[in-house]
Amino acid sequence: MSAVLTVQNMTLVRGGRTLVRGLNFEVRSGDALLLTGANGAGKSTLLRAIAGLFTPASGAISISGDDIEDDENPALQAHYVGHSDALKGALSARENLDFWAAALKRRGGLHPLQALAAVNLAHVADLPVGWLSAGQRRRTALARLFVAERPLWLLDEPTTALDAASQARLAQSMAAHRAKGGMIIAATHAPIGLEDAAELRLGAPS
Amino acid sequence: MIRIFIALYQRDLRLAGRIGGGASMGVVFFLILVTITPFAIGPDLNLLARIGPAILWIAALLATLLGLDRLFQADQEDGSLDLLHMSDAPLELVVTAKCLAHWTATCLPLVLAAPLFGLMLALEGEALAGLSATLLAGTPALTFLGAIGAALTASLRRGGLLMAILILPLAIPVLIFGVSAASSAGMATTPFLPPFLILIALSLASMALAPFAAAAALRSLAE
Repeated sequence: MSAVLTVQNMTLVRGGRTLVRGLNFEVRSGDALLLTGANGAGKSTLLRAIAGLFTPASGAISISGDDIEDDENPALQAHYVGHSDALKGALSARENLDFWAAALKRRGGLHPLQALAAVNLAHVADLPVGWLSAGQRRRTALARLFVAERPLWLLDEPTTALDAASQARLAQSMAAHRAKGGMIIAATHAPIGLEDAAELRLGAPS
Repeated sequence: MIRIFIALYQRDLRLAGRIGGGASMGVVFFLILVTITPFAIGPDLNLLARIGPAILWIAALLATLLGLDRLFQADQEDGSLDLLHMSDAPLELVVTAKCLAHWTATCLPLVLAAPLFGLMLALEGEALAGLSATLLAGTPALTFLGAIGAALTASLRRGGLLMAILILPLAIPVLIFGVSAASSAGMATTPFLPPFLILIALSLASMALAPFAAAAALRSLAE
């Protein structure tokens, strides 16, 4: 698959403060973009804007590619892993992923059990998510990336609460996703295995 | 889109069953309201039979409001709502699926329990049947109207009371026609059908319109 995400002239205003003004960038298949910057610089807001969850003051976001229709809403091609894990504590990890597979899948995707195996959580698939540790919950949330195939991954501090082995596994998954032609935009403070990626440093808020 | 609708309906039903809230809690609350009323009014069976339908309707209205404030708030807090924005399904469909699940988990048990509780208020055969029919026809309106309030208060920590204040005035027509149909079922003096049909119309109208209002409120959260 080959695709390109284009952000043109984007201005983000939040709570009366201009976080980002006139931002332009492009992410192509196989590319990754690291968003860095101080707390409050607008990294999360930019990710949410690309995911269609925050309305920019101005600017346009578009995605185009081989198997993407014209005028397609970029949010439908994107996965968003934010600060909250979007998991229901009363449901098992498997039930949570079953639901998200049904809700988000448009093309292919792994079976929820395979996705859990990919984040090394197959042994707790039937435990309620409320019983899992913060890191395990995070890994369950990351398993969502595999149950529904979407070309653009928007990751907000994806390594929070992950142990070293899980971080390495995430880095491998991200490399595999890029090798398949996927795109990644990640906001992070720590190195997360995307050292070859382009970096977009968001400036001090005005 | 149908797949998401079914998956969301099933998930919400499962959650309602697991968290130990949902069905049983609403019915117990309903039972308590119905039980304390005779203590307040006294053991006059004729009086109880006359105001019984009204008591059951008010109890059903309050029991429906239970848990309604969490309808979207829970999804908003844990980030699920964000991801539902990013699915194929329009938010109107999401709202409808969640409302139907809430109705099945909370209101349907009330409808089923109502004849039993009606006995405690000295209602008889036809009145019991009429009461169940009006609750079955009218509670969808309560759930769907409630969804508007739930969506408006989804991002507020203690939105429950505000939601009740927003919703209860809207529920007045439902209450008026529900109670008048239920009361006339037991007595031959007034016709049952006209208020019952208006009640059905209120339910259908709110099922058709409320999802759009609630979805608009949820979209405004994303600004």
